[in-house]
Amino acid sequence: MEQLLLLIFLPLAGAIITAFAGKSAKIVSTVFSVVSLGLALFIACNFIPNASTQFEANLPWIADLGINFHAGIDGISMLVVLLTNLLIPIIILSSYKHDYKNQAAFYALILFMQTGLLLVFTALDAFLFYIGWEAALIPIYFICAFWGGKDRVRINMKFFVYTIAGSLFMLMGIIYLYLQNPAHNFEISAFYALNLDAAQQGWIFWAFFIAFAIKMPVFPFHTWQPDTYTAAPTQGTMLLSGIMLKMGIYGVIRWLLPIVPAGVQDWSCVAIGLSIIGIVYASLIAFTQKDAKRLVAYSSIGHVGLISAGIFALNQQGMQGAMVQMLSHGINVVGLFFVLDIIISRVKTNKIEELGGIAKAAPQLAITFLIIVLGTVALPGTNGFIGEFLLLMGVYNVGIWAAAIAGLTIIFGAVYMLRMYQNVMLGKTNELTITFSDIQGSEKFVLYLICALIIVLGVYPKPLLHLTEASVQHLLEQVNQKLTSVK
Amino acid sequence: MNIIITISITAFIVLYAGLFKANKALLPLTVVGLLTALGFTFCAWGGNAVHFGMMQTDNFALAFSGVCIVGTLLIFLLTQNYFHAKSDNIAEYYTLILFALAGMIMMVSYKNMAMLFVGLEIMSVSLYILAGIRKKDFASNEASLKYFLMGAFSTGFLLFGITLIYGATGSFDLDKIQAYLVNNSTSVSPIFYPGVILMMIGLCFKIGAAPFHFWTPDVYEGAPSLITTFMSTVVKTAGFAAFLRLFAGPLEPLHEFWVMPLIVIVCLTLFIGNVTALFQKNFKRMLAYSSISHAGYLLFSLIVITKNSGNNVLVYAAAYTFASIIAFAVLILVKQKTGSDSFESFNGLGKKNPLVALCLTVAMLSLAGIPLTAGFIGKYLMFLNVMTQYKILLVAFAILNALVGFYYYFRVIVAMWFKDGSETVLSTPAQYKVVLLVSVAITLVLGICPAIILNLI
Repeated sequence: MEQLLLLIFLPLAGAIITAFAGKSAKIVSTVFSVVSLGLALFIACNFIPNASTQFEANLPWIADLGINFHAGIDGISMLVVLLTNLLIPIIILSSYKHDYKNQAAFYALILFMQTGLLLVFTALDAFLFYIGWEAALIPIYFICAFWGGKDRVRINMKFFVYTIAGSLFMLMGIIYLYLQNPAHNFEISAFYALNLDAAQQGWIFWAFFIAFAIKMPVFPFHTWQPDTYTAAPTQGTMLLSGIMLKMGIYGVIRWLLPIVPAGVQDWSCVAIGLSIIGIVYASLIAFTQKDAKRLVAYSSIGHVGLISAGIFALNQQGMQGAMVQMLSHGINVVGLFFVLDIIISRVKTNKIEELGGIAKAAPQLAITFLIIVLGTVALPGTNGFIGEFLLLMGVYNVGIWAAAIAGLTIIFGAVYMLRMYQNVMLGKTNELTITFSDIQGSEKFVLYLICALIIVLGVYPKPLLHLTEASVQHLLEQVNQKLTSVK
Repeated sequence: MNIIITISITAFIVLYAGLFKANKALLPLTVVGLLTALGFTFCAWGGNAVHFGMMQTDNFALAFSGVCIVGTLLIFLLTQNYFHAKSDNIAEYYTLILFALAGMIMMVSYKNMAMLFVGLEIMSVSLYILAGIRKKDFASNEASLKYFLMGAFSTGFLLFGITLIYGATGSFDLDKIQAYLVNNSTSVSPIFYPGVILMMIGLCFKIGAAPFHFWTPDVYEGAPSLITTFMSTVVKTAGFAAFLRLFAGPLEPLHEFWVMPLIVIVCLTLFIGNVTALFQKNFKRMLAYSSISHAGYLLFSLIVITKNSGNNVLVYAAAYTFASIIAFAVLILVKQKTGSDSFESFNGLGKKNPLVALCLTVAMLSLAGIPLTAGFIGKYLMFLNVMTQYKILLVAFAILNALVGFYYYFRVIVAMWFKDGSETVLSTPAQYKVVLLVSVAITLVLGICPAIILNLI
């Protein structure tokens, strides 16, 4: 219990201290994020990979309203907690070459967001989950709107209103479940035990699904995403794509499936359909992008589409694939955005066609970039492969055509990603790229780390699969049991 | 009773102090008086004394009295240099605000409808004068006249309603009215119903709910900012308490009859308030319209009456009051410096005065209803209240309105943090800092551990 509370509130303490750290904010925030990572690893080492909830903390918070500070970690949570605490130090390190104005506030907001994210990923009380959900949104809004690029105010307003619209309807669903719950509290176990009829499950499904779909984003709720990713500062983009997007996926797994399984079953065709449309649509748009950052943004929609299709397939393979892919996608996309940030900060352009021949000037960047791209396009032996393979297997069990179309993501992805790599790194050097200097210092460290993770997890994913297996199985058993009891 | 007496005596003392030109003594005297009144409020806590059959100081009355007194106290702390620059008659400001407060204490603790009327009039007449106290200013005069005409009109409605209810029940006493409704539940006199509707209209005028809201924007804009602060926070809270005391109390048996018109009023109020606020270019006017929309959320507590209705209104009103006080305090500072209260005048405030900007950001987040601020808990309680009867469409409508609200509240945040403005730094007097920090602290404490205020009533 103490470990979990420490895990959640250490970044918050870090945020407060960083806010007053002035010039040394970079160092202070790095220290806090690394300590948090250490703590997460410590918890992961002491975590017994079975289906139970561990490190549980249950404290009364607003007793009169049935709200408790109830959090705990099972296999599914453990994975995303590890992802969060792994990526935050990477993201902070990746900003070392930048000199943001008001940097104390910048790093404080990142750490503040980390607490919100960890709340989301560990909450076992729906109200706490909602608080974390919003607490993660406010800092990222300020990060993107304050340190972002052109037209950031309008774009982030759209992003903000979009996401908060989803979350308010989710809140309505949560209140409804609370009122249905005879014990009048927000306990997740009580929500699991509710017996709702098909109509209730249907609308609660939509109340939750829209919130999660906006966050991921699933087509057609994605329109905020490319603009926001492009206009945000790189660290903001990393936070959004690497971690925040997983809030939506995690929400579906933790809250949507077990609470309204019948609703999910009724609407899973629609959900899978939308996801697959998103895959094809985003891939096609990614083909035509001239802006490298936008291309990666669209590719992210495609990858997330596959994850959500795999989850709504409601089987072990799809779910496990989603688990692995959440982690892999987080690592890969952060790597991609970091490489783009390095390139953009040196040549001051993100137009693919203006670049070329960087590989000659910067061989180390070329190698690491290649590994990350290969991870993204799911080459066997990289981390992307395991996840996408399992996901496609899961979708295949639903329908061969669905799997065939969803499988396009791999082919399409390979085409546009490699083409981008080719245009940016290979070919003739021009006057922009001739003076390109290779990666050094913190850049080198971060990129090597990411590449190592890509390869290690690709070759030996077993600990990862083992970590989540029992919890995923337990969750699916719960869902199936509830489905049969309804019928 | 002690509370009203203390406040009234303070008002007279302040008036005499003004007569002898003891301008420096005005604020300390007022503060001491209000703190004493607040002390009496705490002492009476838990009791349920009935005074001469006219007033009842139950926890409901005391809690709302407390909020009104603290709100007034904070507003008084903002007066430093404010009135002095506006007018020669400083003591009158203090006295009139204190008289209005005395009227409000009556409004939140009446047990007899005569007291409701008397309290309402004491408050209103003081406010008519306060709105027009800058007697050479055109807008101020307009505000005063509009407010007076509309106010007199609404008082007429209210009085007519009281008369009709008296005609049906033969009493002004709330308990007797309730007893009448309970005993004659099948044969309520036909003149009782129009009485209820007329009273509802009269009170809706006072709290500025649509479609009886037309006076609010002009009056709020025309009146001196500090008076606007007073009107849109403390006065509104008292108005709601009065509304609730009547409709959630004695008139509750007729809930089925008056809830439909109320729902129409709520929807109109939310929609008109929010959509009009969206198009304002002026911060003060935006606050005026947004105060209309908050009236809509507050009325949610009457759509479904539970034992928590009173407490829900208390939480919401407190959250709204303290956030608004911050907003107006910063507005006054900005206006003193730039001479304008448009959104543009807030540009770049984050760079020049980070502390002030941070306070205003918290206030805006609270008004918009973001978690971990008091405003969220208030909105949450209102939604929860209505959801208990599964009025899902109504909540969905309110959510859509809340989204519009995010948009215009964030315009200020955007202006402060993301836009560049002039380099002139605002000077923040110490008292303003105290008010801002106290209000921010209350907003955050209520947002993070609302348990302290949830079971008061």
